[in-house]
Amino acid sequence: MSGKFDVKEGFLYTKDHEWAAPKADGIEVGITAYAVDQLGDITLVNLDVKVGDSVQAGKSFGTIESVKTLSDLFSPVSGKITKINAELESHPELVNEDCYGKGWMVLIDASNPAEKDELLSPSAYGELLKIVDH
Amino acid sequence: MSTEPELRRTPLYDEHKKLGARLVPFAGWEMPVQYRGIVEEHRAVRTAAGLFDVSHMGEIELRGEHAAAVVDYLVTGEAAPLADGRALYTCACNEEGTILDDLIVYRVARDVVLIVCNAGNRDKISAHFRKAAEHHCEFEDRSDQMALLALQGPRALEILGLAGKDAAACAALKSFQFREAVVANVHATVARTGYTGEDGVEIFCSATDAPHLWRTILELGNGRGLEPTGLGARDTLRLEARLALYGNDIDETTNPLEAGLGWIVKLNKPMFIGKDAIHAIASRGITRKLVGFEMTGRGIARHGYPLLDPRGNQVGVCTSGGPSPTLGKNIGLGYLPVALAEVGMRFLVDCRGKSIDAVVVKTPFYKRNDPKKSPAGDRGAA
Repeated sequence: MSGKFDVKEGFLYTKDHEWAAPKADGIEVGITAYAVDQLGDITLVNLDVKVGDSVQAGKSFGTIESVKTLSDLFSPVSGKITKINAELESHPELVNEDCYGKGWMVLIDASNPAEKDELLSPSAYGELLKIVDH
Repeated sequence: MSTEPELRRTPLYDEHKKLGARLVPFAGWEMPVQYRGIVEEHRAVRTAAGLFDVSHMGEIELRGEHAAAVVDYLVTGEAAPLADGRALYTCACNEEGTILDDLIVYRVARDVVLIVCNAGNRDKISAHFRKAAEHHCEFEDRSDQMALLALQGPRALEILGLAGKDAAACAALKSFQFREAVVANVHATVARTGYTGEDGVEIFCSATDAPHLWRTILELGNGRGLEPTGLGARDTLRLEARLALYGNDIDETTNPLEAGLGWIVKLNKPMFIGKDAIHAIASRGITRKLVGFEMTGRGIARHGYPLLDPRGNQVGVCTSGGPSPTLGKNIGLGYLPVALAEVGMRFLVDCRGKSIDAVVVKTPFYKRNDPKKSPAGDRGAA
């Protein structure tokens, strides 16, 4: 825990509040507890990518909608999509319930390992939250 | 950002902070958008009750022998013949017949009329009424001294009734009636109006009394399902009830007839600002219509999204949209050409480049079960 919002150790973060978790078979991607709190009740997860598609770091791979608002999902790294969480199509609330687990969105086979260095560590992300969540 | 103008705060700002509300900028005010969550608050209002702070709304008072006549000239409805203690949902138009604001006019006494306008239109409406009042009656913008709470939901009257004998007697008010009452030892005005599609009241009191009244009502509602409710739920509730939101569904580019507000325009009145223009529109017929729709495809329509005919040509625009917590569907309002605006007609919504299927449906999307209510009895302070 870092402050009010859960920040997981071992994960990396973007300033747009996505997380990237290095796994044996690629980089798993989702949105952070802070992002979920800001969105509120999530009603729709639109993944605009399918398995085999290429994504670029910092580019949108879909959108997430809550009762109030719509927000882009930005890929933390470049690479090929190797898995998508199809559960979210019928159960977007999984992102509210378990954003670092069952609410994962895509798995990416990263093509540029150097990009990981651009991401925020848990402590750096925790610092960012202190600034944005006043 | 440092360049943003300072946001105004209602007398209940500290209460919202204490309750852990998320505060957002709205029409120049720092307002609670949610406390525990929009959907939870929405459900509370549909099943029990919700308490809203709507003190950001503007209150204008006209006093004097000609006060009612001045108001009558400025609005599309029949304000002059209102009986004491009666309120009227109406709008003020410009000479072109488009909407300056939608309003509630409260006939307090023969020579006192209170007008409630939208927060975002306060300066404009205040100036408009002040100018019209010149040489005819007294004008006072009382917005800064007054607070406004909305207690809404099937248990609203029951909870209000716990705030004292006089408050309990307010249950006898019919829709769009109001009276002065002592509520939790506070001198207030209680109106049977609202903006949620549920039964309920709106309570005017002084800014200084507002925190006490707010806290007391929340305490009385404890264990009765009452929740503090924010602007987020207010928006989803009003959308389900198809109550127009100024700035979204109506504005200075829309006329009341195409907005489905013909019922608040009285063209048989001798005169009012915009009458000639609206009469002309009525004679030649409207070209577009504000309709309710449901998304049949997977997508959520939002304010500003283009509406497309089945061939993909833009024919209209979505003015309000979002998920309906009560119906479990994605719904919206938008303007479509009259020929495409019939219930059952299919069209597409351009959701950020994706064309998603939608169908025109009957509105309101949600209507509460209460056979005693008049059909026009839902519209409260916007």
